[in-house]
Amino acid sequence: MMSTVNSNNEENNGEDMSITTPSTSSLSSVAANHASQRQPGNAPLGSGLEARGIHAWFGKHHALENVSLDFAAGTVTALIGPSGCGKSTFIRTLNRMHEFIPSAAMAGEVLLDGKDIYEAGTDVTKIRLQIGMVFQKPNPFPSMTIGQNVLSGLKLAQIKSPKNNDDLLEECLTRAGLWTEVKDRLDAHAGGLSGGQQQRLCIARSLAVNPKVLLMDEPCSALDPGSTLRIEDTIGQLAQTMTIIIVTHNMQQAARVSDYTAFFLSDGGPGQMIEVGPTNEMFSRPKDQRTENYVSGRFG
Amino acid sequence: MTILSNSTPVTPQKPWKVSKKQQLPNLFLIAAAVVASFVIVAATPMKGKLAYLLLFFVIGTTFQLALSWYKRGRAAAADTVAGAVMMAGAFIVFLPVASLLITTIVKGSKGFRPHIFNHTMAATSYSDPLTSGGLIHAIIGTLFLIVIATAISLPLSILTALYLTEIKGKASGFIQFLVQAMSGVPSVVAGIFIYAAILLTTNLRGSTFIGALPLAILMIPTVTRTAQEVLNLVPNELREAGLALGATQWKTVATIVVPAARNGLITAVILGVARIAGETAPLLFTLGTSDKINWNPFSGGQNALPYYIWSGLRDGTEGGINRAWTGILVLLILVLSLFVSARIFGSRKVK
Repeated sequence: MMSTVNSNNEENNGEDMSITTPSTSSLSSVAANHASQRQPGNAPLGSGLEARGIHAWFGKHHALENVSLDFAAGTVTALIGPSGCGKSTFIRTLNRMHEFIPSAAMAGEVLLDGKDIYEAGTDVTKIRLQIGMVFQKPNPFPSMTIGQNVLSGLKLAQIKSPKNNDDLLEECLTRAGLWTEVKDRLDAHAGGLSGGQQQRLCIARSLAVNPKVLLMDEPCSALDPGSTLRIEDTIGQLAQTMTIIIVTHNMQQAARVSDYTAFFLSDGGPGQMIEVGPTNEMFSRPKDQRTENYVSGRFG
Repeated sequence: MTILSNSTPVTPQKPWKVSKKQQLPNLFLIAAAVVASFVIVAATPMKGKLAYLLLFFVIGTTFQLALSWYKRGRAAAADTVAGAVMMAGAFIVFLPVASLLITTIVKGSKGFRPHIFNHTMAATSYSDPLTSGGLIHAIIGTLFLIVIATAISLPLSILTALYLTEIKGKASGFIQFLVQAMSGVPSVVAGIFIYAAILLTTNLRGSTFIGALPLAILMIPTVTRTAQEVLNLVPNELREAGLALGATQWKTVATIVVPAARNGLITAVILGVARIAGETAPLLFTLGTSDKINWNPFSGGQNALPYYIWSGLRDGTEGGINRAWTGILVLLILVLSLFVSARIFGSRKVK
């Protein structure tokens, strides 16, 4: 788990990374640094999202048990935990992508600005417009150019942006940290971009429809350290205008980008949320022994 | 590690290439196999070109087997045999195709003159000299049939494939079964079906449109099944990306899934056209007939290249058979040019 190489983690540099695991204190100092750089109190935009008693099933398999989490507007929350603990399942219940798996079922409520997104009669496409998603694997549309990809959300959801398309294109690509790299080839096919560029294109694409909440499911797991750093910068900037929930296997990343961290774990049964708190506390003085073990690299 | 200075210029080489010296034993073995086959044919009652080929293959493979076993052991020997069997398979497949093409070109070129492209058979009978008459009416008829059959079957097939891959509704299993059953329908049955269902029960007479109906029936299963395969190849991540952007399922399918599968869908149509372009049997019941150009697809008989070929063969005279060969050559060229233009048109990229 801790063998993930990060460009700016000094302790993990060099060839001895297999034996060195960063201490909890170093992670918490990263988190403290991060928190001092951003001021989440500055009249955040975006919307709050609240999950209440979420359970999820695949057929008879109970994958997630009774998770309640409150995501305040304008904050970044990292979901960490070993593979198979239900993080991705949980994040997919938050914008109703969970229901595309034929055998899937769920229980509980997800409140967006106080209104349950699972309430009968809710227009699910409008929900997904407000709660955007970036996937683990970059998935730009292969039949479209870079520019068309960014604006595809407008076309797909059949809405119009208040800005004109050229301005919107530039704004979204700038916010996703990709504008300078692609501004001269907006008519080129998206498949020609590198993996990291494709992922930032996917972020730009989800920004074009102006979501209030952005869900990111391990957005950097397929990327090199340089691209990862660019995307983390992007997340930091986006958090000023929206609520971000990010699933990550990389604890340094959680420490660097998030205000709050939630730890998920499965003890062989359904996945549960063990502990949640401000990121620097989670990494410096977690309340639960299992969290302590995980963030200090004693397992996972 | 020390850095070696290297001042001599380096030229690109292929050290893995087999040198002439290494090829010598192989050439010797091939020559030996040729000699051995001649000797065996001369010394035994076996006769004919096929005997030479077969003996050459068996003896040559045995020699190669022995050589590679001697030089590199048992695994290499098995490799040699597998390679020889594959070569033989490819050769056996290639032989009839090449023979067919060459025969068609040689026999068809006798009557392949410019005037066949602006003359019909209205004032000519099949047995007349090849300098008169032509088959432009049959070319036009075939193009009409292809266009009408495609126009009917393409939307039905694509929608069926989308139902099976995207909606996956409750009737999927049953429809899948129907499509598979339909692809086994003999073409003559499709013709008789339209004949019995339409021509026998109404006052309608055979026409281009009626003739295109059995062709559409034959085309639907081919296009549906191919389209289904290519739609299944579109990664699910793309569908999820579209839905996560607030698109309805229909919007996602129309703007993302279908464009992503475009090249494959064009292949599906090409396979469908290939299935029907040469069909003769269903046309015998449904097309009526015509010796001149008929521009109206809904009334009056029509001709088509397969029908023209069949008529020439049935005529039985030397002229008729030569005209039939020319018809085959023209049909071959027509279908080939349709495929090539579909490919060029289809693979055009967005800049």
